[in-house]
Amino acid sequence: MWRDALLVAGKDLRVEWRSRVGLGQVVPFALVVLLLFGLALGPDAQRLRAATAGLFWVTVLLAAVLAVQRSFAIEAADGARDGLRLSGLDAGGIFVGKAAALVVQLLLLELVLAVAAALLYTTQLSGVALLIGSCLVATIGLASVGTLYGAVAAGTRVRETLLPLLFFPVVAPVLLAATKAWGAALDHRPGGGLGWLGVLAGFAAAYLAIGTVAFGPLLEDS
Amino acid sequence: MNSAVSFCEAVSLSGRFPLLSGVTLDVGEGEVAHLRGPNGAGKTSLLRACAGLLPIVSGRAEVLGHDLLEDRQSLRREVGLLGHSSFLYEELSVEDNLRFALRASRSPLSRLEPALERLGLQGRVRRTPVGRCSTGQRRRAALAVLVGRAPRLWLLDEPHAGLDLEGRSVVDELVTEAKATGATVLIASHELERAESLADRVIELVGGRVATPMASELVVPGPAPAVPAPAAPGALREVGCDVA
Repeated sequence: MWRDALLVAGKDLRVEWRSRVGLGQVVPFALVVLLLFGLALGPDAQRLRAATAGLFWVTVLLAAVLAVQRSFAIEAADGARDGLRLSGLDAGGIFVGKAAALVVQLLLLELVLAVAAALLYTTQLSGVALLIGSCLVATIGLASVGTLYGAVAAGTRVRETLLPLLFFPVVAPVLLAATKAWGAALDHRPGGGLGWLGVLAGFAAAYLAIGTVAFGPLLEDS
Repeated sequence: MNSAVSFCEAVSLSGRFPLLSGVTLDVGEGEVAHLRGPNGAGKTSLLRACAGLLPIVSGRAEVLGHDLLEDRQSLRREVGLLGHSSFLYEELSVEDNLRFALRASRSPLSRLEPALERLGLQGRVRRTPVGRCSTGQRRRAALAVLVGRAPRLWLLDEPHAGLDLEGRSVVDELVTEAKATGATVLIASHELERAESLADRVIELVGGRVATPMASELVVPGPAPAVPAPAAPGALREVGCDVA
């Protein structure tokens, strides 16, 4: 399974690198959203700093939907999804591979967004270990859910609108826990974020396990 | 001769619409069979079912010894399907697509160069993203994947479509070579003369089932006529559900 996962992750990242959709569309989209949030809240620096964690993670969620849709759009073109099924790759490996490629893309996006948020909202990024740790586990959770529901939505004619409907309610715990963990880190009290980090890790582990088992039937039936 | 494909009253549905409505046929290992029939007869569906892509909901269906009602996935490394789609990633080059397909199917990477060469995909085209290739080049790239994978069962859906004269000849040679190595080949094609010159047998499909198996499963005697004439009783091959 791990060999297949590496193969699929490498393929997805190579496709993204060649197409530059992530760099050319998802990153600019996320930066614009972050900017719009700033404009909506006004020039009050105190207020912006207090809202940084929540705004950051809402932006990540919105961008994650685009990244997930893109991840399955490449399989929809010219029957590539059937090619993937015909390849004989382990379904669990395909799930882990696609999720891993999403994790890499989202982590890079989060790095850019974190710098942008620090500049736009004049927020000092403190508690870096907690910030990085929560980013990592939250992103694994987002990518796992996204890959799972991306497969569900990909088999329908309303995939563009169905995915956000399925995705956002399920990842609400990630939004909550990641915002709390980031809030604690930015408030210089990293100890207060450790519990939320545990919630994020539990969520990620659960959806990784569910996805690894459920992805095969979803790929076949949807 | 062992059966490579053995279907008995096999039914496949898309929603409530029958794609295959009780197919009964038997193709032996090493045989080349030409599937023919009008549009919507079920040729593509039958090939997809043989590849394990379409579920069989009733009847019996075995491909290369795998029971398709029990498990449609374990046979996929042993079959190669050339479909209407290329099954390739548009952003990746021809070479990258072939490399991915070989690795995924656990085929040796040493087959990469010979496969590219066989389909005339050397030079600049091997590094060209598939999305920028012409229809014929995509078709050749999809065929290169099959050549590289060297499956036991070749499923070719309109294999000559979109290819130039040289490409069509290459397809014919590939079918002949596959047969020589003991592989089984099913060809769905409207180019009757060309396909039947390659085939050992003709299987006619109508309305999602084999049309009157007694009369339609004709053994093509050498260079085949474009349309099989009424055959002598000895030239007919009867297929029944008891044939395993």
